[in-house]
Amino acid sequence: MDERVLRVLDIAQNLGADYADARLITKEFEEIETKGLEVSAINRGRSEGIGIRVLVKGGWGFASTSDLSRDSIEMAARRATAVAMASSGIMKKPIKLAPEPVYNCFWESPYKIDPFKVNLEDKISVLTESAKTILAVKGVSLAMGHMAFVKEMKEFASTEGSRITQLLIRSGCGIEANATSDSERQRRSYPKHVGQYELAGYEMVQKWDLPANAQRIAEEAVALLDAPQCPQGHTDVILGSSQLGLQIHESCGHPSELDRALGQEINFAGASFLTPEKLGKLQYGSHKVNLVADATAPGALGSFGYDDEGVQAQKVYLVKNGLFTGYLSSRDTANIIGLERSGGCMRANSWGYAPIIRMTNISVEPGNDGNLESLIADTKDGIYMETNKSWSIDSMRYNFQFSTEIGWEIKDGKRGRMLKNPSYSGITPEFWNSCDAVCDASEFVYWGEPNCGKGQPMQLMWTGHGASPARFKNVQVGIARK
Amino acid sequence: MIQETDAKKIIDQARNYAQGKCQSIEITVNANNVATSRFANNEMTQNQAPEVLDLSIRVIKDGKQIRLSGDDSSEAGVKKLIDSALESIKVLKPDEELLPLEILASAEDFEKESEMASRIDEEAMAMSAQDRANQIKMMIQIASSEGLSAAGVYASGSTLQAIGNSQGDGIVCHQESSLESSITVSTPDSSGWAKMVASQLRQLDAHALADRATTKAKLSRAPHDIDPGRYTVILEPSAVLDLVTFLWGDFAATSHLDKQSCLLGKEGERVFGTNINILDDAYDDMQIGAPFDGEGKQRQKVQLVKDGVFKNMVYGRKAAKKMNHKPTGHGVTEPSSMGEHPMNLVLEGGTDSLGKMIESTQKGILLTRVWYVRLVDPARKIVTGITRDGTFLVEGGAIKHGVKNLRFNVSLLDLLNNVESMTLSNLTAGEEGFPAVVPGMKVRDFNFTEMTKF
Repeated sequence: MDERVLRVLDIAQNLGADYADARLITKEFEEIETKGLEVSAINRGRSEGIGIRVLVKGGWGFASTSDLSRDSIEMAARRATAVAMASSGIMKKPIKLAPEPVYNCFWESPYKIDPFKVNLEDKISVLTESAKTILAVKGVSLAMGHMAFVKEMKEFASTEGSRITQLLIRSGCGIEANATSDSERQRRSYPKHVGQYELAGYEMVQKWDLPANAQRIAEEAVALLDAPQCPQGHTDVILGSSQLGLQIHESCGHPSELDRALGQEINFAGASFLTPEKLGKLQYGSHKVNLVADATAPGALGSFGYDDEGVQAQKVYLVKNGLFTGYLSSRDTANIIGLERSGGCMRANSWGYAPIIRMTNISVEPGNDGNLESLIADTKDGIYMETNKSWSIDSMRYNFQFSTEIGWEIKDGKRGRMLKNPSYSGITPEFWNSCDAVCDASEFVYWGEPNCGKGQPMQLMWTGHGASPARFKNVQVGIARK
Repeated sequence: MIQETDAKKIIDQARNYAQGKCQSIEITVNANNVATSRFANNEMTQNQAPEVLDLSIRVIKDGKQIRLSGDDSSEAGVKKLIDSALESIKVLKPDEELLPLEILASAEDFEKESEMASRIDEEAMAMSAQDRANQIKMMIQIASSEGLSAAGVYASGSTLQAIGNSQGDGIVCHQESSLESSITVSTPDSSGWAKMVASQLRQLDAHALADRATTKAKLSRAPHDIDPGRYTVILEPSAVLDLVTFLWGDFAATSHLDKQSCLLGKEGERVFGTNINILDDAYDDMQIGAPFDGEGKQRQKVQLVKDGVFKNMVYGRKAAKKMNHKPTGHGVTEPSSMGEHPMNLVLEGGTDSLGKMIESTQKGILLTRVWYVRLVDPARKIVTGITRDGTFLVEGGAIKHGVKNLRFNVSLLDLLNNVESMTLSNLTAGEEGFPAVVPGMKVRDFNFTEMTKF
């Protein structure tokens, strides 16, 4: 453990902190973007800094600095303590933390190929090879590609005695094809919108094989220009697994954040319809719906060993057989509603900011309704929608509207015409209660969302969402273009 | 926090070390110490005071360029960053579109040409955690005295941005004080919201924000159901901003080169109502932010829309060269895919007031705030989103009662053709983009498609 982490805790305690924790983080990153056949941006960098969080007389304070000199660290500890003192004057009840064991350990995320040891030329060639294929398809107006890699060394210590070091490697990649006409802008992305991200090394780039999928998405983007519009009305909808992942993120992940449910984020991110009196009582979805927050899933983007207040990664059911059963929580919010222990969801997007409750990997467990093709075969009339295009949900997480890049009509169990501008909307518990089929584990993928925004100032976070395709009955579609 | 002299020292260190090792180098220093105190349920929930410094360098060598970032501004840190850039650049291929760096305008040029009002307020920068806590206590007191619950933020501090390159020994630097406050006041079945940003303490009236949010929360109690459909709407300035902010990127030259803009091929045509005038003007007295772009080039005032006609785009240097136009000082940090973006929007207002708009409305809906606005159809510029924190039915020239929140699907091209009247424009803050100078608007045929549960 770096002695600066321990020293900042000593300073805070000497200044009167009742509790303190500190995170020293060193982050290395690389971002590559291509546009057409050119490399349009390369940004590499390194960030190092320390953040200290203190409790004084029941009020929180946090300060941070990238200047790791002795004086600067001491000043940060003083700032955090002064800020906490100011907080303590505006508390109805002093903050108390749910208990957590003390840990002294090292945790490393699983990876096979360190992306920072892969030649930059090789990475670029994957993107330019994909772009060549995309641009060879007549009618394509623009090809884009990107990769991003992050290696983070995180050292955490608390005045309770925990000493935790973690090494996390995250990788991401994606390509897109765009086609334009006078009245349309159509896009197809692969593996999903904004690309796929995992808690993994460069092997994930190899696994997703961008060049092999370039021609298909280019042809689909061009075909969408002349495809019929998604109809308006009510029909059965099958959501592809990445779209279902985002549906979970917005309509299950966010509303099950306990800080939102307690009103603590109401000024910006919003509140939640999943208020504590509904715990164990609300039928959130049909009996087919099992939603789990699992920070232990190997390789999934929202996994880690320990959260940013030193709580060990856990698997917590949010919805079991359709019943609302659990929250994403922190040590202080767990204490407010009487949970025995935090769910281990506190994370900050850097050393610079205090942690807040964030999603880990929020997933719908696989069902037993076969694979995608068999689910389509089992559907008489409906639409299959794939790859998110836009997403919006109200501040209590009831009413949502999503659009996808592409859809296909389903008639008598067969995938029919391609449809452009597909959209669907609904009310969260009604929608999840209309779920009558979830595909099996053969279709299950942990999708990664790299930029979930929450907090003031806004912090971006890595979250994961596992899903197989699922079917929802009698859903409102096409209202976006009404 | 570092000052201009500190930033120049860092930039000079980089320039000196890079000399002879590459064709040119550009150095950007960003720093901020904006502290944010957050409250909810009438108590403090989070209180943070970061000190952030980002150092970013662009190295150009053998017709290639690369950007590296870090936060170690020591001499050793700067050298390490440059060495790493020089090593990384070796494997890149030459960039045929690469432009040589330009000599930056001097500080005197900026002052002479812009006559920009100071955006520094020592009192705002000196606010302590206790000062912010005192403001928050006052805001909570206003809500709690009515038996209501308050949540929000009070943030204060300063930001600094400095850029220098190897084409001279000067730098461009902008420092400003930064204040932000917003508040949501809630009853069991309604809420009200208000927000302001400012660079001067005298401009930020937290008391007025709390009053406004409290009044709205009380007024919107027991919201009624309402049928979705097309209504005349009165949009408060924050709601206007969070809608039109989705149009700004369509004025970027690169979005036209990429064939993505909804205004593609329409330069010189009337695209909005004749009452719509939009400028990008970093020097407007109400604006905040730096008067130079991501390459340190001085921002120019650009008339984007005049009497509804799409007059001009903004150009970074790369797009300007491709389109045979002069750059306008709106480039983003290079290298980039985006190219440029308008940053200091001024949507000219009218002479109406929100009160007069309400009085002149037989049936309509008053919107305080729109939320989670997202693009649905890029060509028709249809966005969806939902109202929040104060949505009211207006009937017979008066606010009748609160209504449940409504989802909308609206073409922004249609919206700016349907503006019946506007208030004066003011610096306005929303949540979807950066602050801009915009008015409130009365707009006909606003398309609500669904109602939510609250």
